[in-house]
Amino acid sequence: MAKVFAPQIATGNDLLEGDVVYFTAAGGWTRVLAEAATAGSREEADALLARASKFPNEVVGVYLTDMALDAEGRPVPVHFREEFRLKGPSNRPEHARAAATQA
Amino acid sequence: MYQYTDFDQAFVRERVAEFRDQVERRIEGTLSEDEFKPLRLMNGLYLQLHAYMLRIAVPYGTLSSRQMRQFAYIADTWDRGYGHFTTRQNLQFNWPKLKDVPDMLDALADVQMHAIQTSGNCIRNVTADHFAGAAADEIEDPRVTAELLRQWSTDHPEFTWLGRKFKIAVTGAENDRAVVKAHDIGLRIVRNEAGEPGYEVLVGGGLGRTPMIGKVIRDFLPKAHLLPYLEAILQTYNLDGRRDNKYKARIKILVHETGIEEIRARVEAKFAENLAVFPGVNPDVLARIEAGFAAPAFEPVSDVVPAVSAGLRSWIDTNVTAHRLPHYAIVTISLKGIGETPGDATSAQMRVMADLAEEFAHDELRISHEQNVILPHVPRRHLAAIYARLKDAGLATANVGLISDIIACPGMDYCALATARSIPIAQDIATAFADLDRQRDIGPLKIKISGCINACGHHHVGHIGILGLDRAGVENYQITLGGDGTETAAIGERAGPGFSADEVVPAIERLVEAYLDERQDTEETFLEVFRRVGMAPFKAALYPAQEARSNAA
Ligand code: SF4
Repeated sequence: MAKVFAPQIATGNDLLEGDVVYFTAAGGWTRVLAEAATAGSREEADALLARASKFPNEVVGVYLTDMALDAEGRPVPVHFREEFRLKGPSNRPEHARAAATQA
Repeated sequence: MYQYTDFDQAFVRERVAEFRDQVERRIEGTLSEDEFKPLRLMNGLYLQLHAYMLRIAVPYGTLSSRQMRQFAYIADTWDRGYGHFTTRQNLQFNWPKLKDVPDMLDALADVQMHAIQTSGNCIRNVTADHFAGAAADEIEDPRVTAELLRQWSTDHPEFTWLGRKFKIAVTGAENDRAVVKAHDIGLRIVRNEAGEPGYEVLVGGGLGRTPMIGKVIRDFLPKAHLLPYLEAILQTYNLDGRRDNKYKARIKILVHETGIEEIRARVEAKFAENLAVFPGVNPDVLARIEAGFAAPAFEPVSDVVPAVSAGLRSWIDTNVTAHRLPHYAIVTISLKGIGETPGDATSAQMRVMADLAEEFAHDELRISHEQNVILPHVPRRHLAAIYARLKDAGLATANVGLISDIIACPGMDYCALATARSIPIAQDIATAFADLDRQRDIGPLKIKISGCINACGHHHVGHIGILGLDRAGVENYQITLGGDGTETAAIGERAGPGFSADEVVPAIERLVEAYLDERQDTEETFLEVFRRVGMAPFKAALYPAQEARSNAA
C-alpha cells in the first residue's frame, strides 16, 4: 500500500538575515509558518519545490519538509527539528521567534 | 604576547577585503550560493538553523584583554550581546547578518584576529594546553610549536584542499589537558635520555563517527625535525588517504586500515626525503616566536593574603590550580553557571574578564577546550579581589572539574547538523546537582554532551558521555561510560539503549548513586571506580527494570 502523503511545505533561510522563511501560496516568502503554502500530494510538492527554488539570491538551502495540519488547515511541525527552527533556540527564551511567527 | 608579523597582518586584511567583495557579489547575485558557500566557509561563516554563525579562531586559546574586549564590542555591535566559546578554543557568534560579516572581520583584524582555518578541509587552527606557560608540570611552552605550525600550515599550497579537515594539538606538560590523543596529530613535548626536549608524535586519533585513540608513530622526534616530519605525515595522508567516502577520509581510518607499522614506514621514507632538502626553520623566525611567548615580567614574592570567606576558600579549592611559581596561581573562570549555557559569555562578562586580566594578571587570558576562560598568571595576593569581581559578574561558580562543569556542543538549539539538543540537557543536569557541597562530595566527574555523531562535545572521552540522536522523530540520548580525554585516554563504552530527554537526569542520578555505593573511599573518583569494577554495576543502575527481569528469569 502506498504511504499516505504527509502535507509538505517549502522552507529555507533568508540570504541576508539567515532567518527561517517559508514559501507562500502567493509565491513569496514569509517568516510566519501559518502563511506557508502546503502541498497535499507528491506532484504538488514537486511543483512547490520547483517554484520555491526560483529565488536563489533571496533564499538559500530550500527544501521540502513534512507538516501536520491544525483544525484550520494551517501547517504545524511534525518533527522537532522544524519545531526548533520555528521557535528559535530553547536555551535562550529571549531569542524565541514565537512572537514573529504566530499569525 | 605574540604579535603577528606585518606579513600576517597584511594577509589577514587582504583576506577580509577579498571576502567583502565576495559578500557584495553574493548580495548582488553575481555569485551563486554554490560558488559562495566554500568561500564563506573559508572565512568561518556558517549558515545554521536560525541564522548565520561566525566562528573565530583563538589560536592556541591565547588572547589579550584588548582582544577579549573586541569580542564584547563585536557582540554588542553586530550580534546579540553574547558569544559561545567552543571545544576547539574558538568563539562563535550566533546571529550575524551577512552584510555585517566583513565589518566584523575587519574589527577582528584590528586586534590581530581572524576566522581563517576554522572550517574546510584544511589544517584547522592548532590547539594547545590552556595552561601553557603557566603549568607547574610543563616541560616547555607548547604554543611556540603551535605558532610555528600555524605559520607553516596557513595557506600551505599542498594542504589547503586535504581529503578532510585535519586537527593538530600540542601539549608541553605531563598531564594532557589538550586531548592530544583525540587529534589527527597529537604532539607531546617530552625529553629524551640526554634531557633534550623533543616530541612524542601521535597519529590517527579522533572522535566523531569512528572514535579512535591516536597511536604513537614516533617516540622521540628531535625538535628541529618537526616540520619535515609532519609534512611527511600530511603527504602520506594526501597520497593514500581515502577520498571516495567522506566518512572514511580522516587519517584515523588510513592508520586503522593500513596499520601503524606500515604508516610509520611510509612516513619515515618521506621524512628522509624531506629532511634531505629541508633547510631548517629560520632561526630568526623561531627566536621571534619564542620571544613572543616569553613569560611575563613576574612580580617578586610577596606575602599571601589568607583566604577568609568560605565561598572564596571553596572557589580556590576547585577553580585555582598550582602555577609554576608558588606565589602565582592559575585561575579557571567557570562559564558553567548552574542552569546557564555551557561556554556562553555575555559582552559584560567578557569585559569583566578582560579587566581582571589587565589589572591583575599580566593581560593574558586563555580559552579551554572545556569551554572555560583561564587567567594563567595570577599573583596569589589578588585572588580575593578577583573572586569578588567575578562573583558580581555571575562568574564565580566553584565547579571546575565537577559534575556541573559540563561540556556541551550547541546541538539542535543552533547547529544545522544536530540530531538532538545538548544545551538543555546540560542545563538540567547542572540544575539537578546545583548543590555545590554535593558536587564536591561526588568529586571529579566530567560529563560531555554532543548533539550528533560529529562529537564536537567530546562525548566519547567524557567519564559520562551523552550523545543526542533522533530516534523516529524523538530526541534520544545514548550514554557512554569510562571515557577519558587525558594522558590515560580511553573511548567510553556504550551502556545500553538510549533515554528520552526527560529520562536523562534520573539516569545520571542513578549512575552517581551507583558510583557513591561502589567507591572505596572519598578519594576514589568516578573514573577510577569504573576502571576497577567495570560496566556491570552502572548498567544495573541505569536499567533497573531489565535487571529485575533477568534476575527473575
Ligand atoms: S556535535 Fe553535531 S550538533 Fe554538536 S556542534 Fe558538532 S555538528 Fe553540531
